[in-house]
Amino acid sequence: MVQLREFLTNLFANYYEAAAMILFGIGFTSLLMHRNLVKKIIGFNFMDSAIYLFLAAKGYITGRLAPIITDGNTDPRLYVNPIPTGLVLTGIVVSVSVTAFSLALTCRLYDKYHTLDIDEITYLARKERD
Amino acid sequence: MKNNSFREKLRRFVDYGSFREEELKLPRSPETLDTDNPENRWLTTVQNSEKPVRARLAKWFTHRGVQVFDNLYRVAAVFICLTLISLLLSVVSFLPRFGGADNPAVNEVEERYVSKAIEETGTTNAVAGMISAYRGFDTLGEAHVLFVAACSVIALLRVDPSERKHGRLVDPELLGEDMDYEPNSDLILRKAAKLLVPLAFIFGLYVILNGTSSPGGGFSGGALIGAGLILNSVAFGFQRTERFFGDEMYHLVKTACLTVYALLMAYFIYMGANGFDDHVWLGVPGNIISGGLILPINVAVGFEVACTMYCFYALFRKGGL
Repeated sequence: MVQLREFLTNLFANYYEAAAMILFGIGFTSLLMHRNLVKKIIGFNFMDSAIYLFLAAKGYITGRLAPIITDGNTDPRLYVNPIPTGLVLTGIVVSVSVTAFSLALTCRLYDKYHTLDIDEITYLARKERD
Repeated sequence: MKNNSFREKLRRFVDYGSFREEELKLPRSPETLDTDNPENRWLTTVQNSEKPVRARLAKWFTHRGVQVFDNLYRVAAVFICLTLISLLLSVVSFLPRFGGADNPAVNEVEERYVSKAIEETGTTNAVAGMISAYRGFDTLGEAHVLFVAACSVIALLRVDPSERKHGRLVDPELLGEDMDYEPNSDLILRKAAKLLVPLAFIFGLYVILNGTSSPGGGFSGGALIGAGLILNSVAFGFQRTERFFGDEMYHLVKTACLTVYALLMAYFIYMGANGFDDHVWLGVPGNIISGGLILPINVAVGFEVACTMYCFYALFRKGGL
């Protein structure tokens, strides 16, 4: 009981991270459950966004300012951590590229098989091969 | 002609999963099996087999087994996802507290990036100083990721300009006539675009140029300019955008930006890769002309991102720039 209470208090203290993990789970679920390729890609983007939320939350420090140095005040105890912000930027660029590439592949599959259903595409491709 | 309308096609395109069940439903018994259909030939061969037990088993697998597997798959997927979420949440409960100043992520690296930003990189924006000066090589890699993604999308989706009458999909039975159903002279869209496109360009340039002293920089400003280009071609058609941003312009801008960035980073690394202070005039921190190499890097990245965004849109829309 005490352990459960501790678990819950820790979870509510880290509510940003908890929300990010739930979002990640939702994305993973849609990746597994949907047959439509476009919906799979949307689920993949959900997972990306969850990671950005997680990283941005890890960089935040309560009561500090954004890392724009004002009035020449270079005391690092005034500003939040700038490193996760830069990492999120990298992640966004990579996810945009991967999304565009997978959507292009989906377009080509749709051109060939006239469907977005992954099972049907597999079935048609196997039939074509045999 | 209802089946041919744009809305119907869009629904079929987006919503395919919802009515695949009817189209894919396997016949329950051999009586209802359409033996003339070549798609069912594999089923009939199973049913006419000499070994009745095996045939019955195979029939069961093909008729009921698919459904059973489907349901099992769904249950297993939900179970796996719930397990994953609860595992991750239990890990989160052991993480250091959100927003704590003594978290392990707040270490000497972060202190150095913030306290030496003005001295070593000449920017007041510590994030810009980090991503384009201290970790500029990493950002060069990002620019190349965008470049490679655009190249592969071009390789996948490019259509020859002579065959580009009906957009990317040449088959008129499918989505080919989409463009015909679109309103060609939407008054509201055109008026709004006339107002917004210059604003988007100017604001994007502002964000790029001001990235050394305020939030922003190459990626966000480039995304704004790309959005302006896309809005322009949505409202006025591709011909209007091609007047000032066509195929040649795209390749020129993109390769020039990447080359400039690569040369700047090569110079930076050749000079020791330890801040700009010794080799480049840093300017007055807080002004537009400041930050040494960060400003040209931001401009190069911005135009590269704008090109890539518009390139993605144009390729998916009509199969070429």
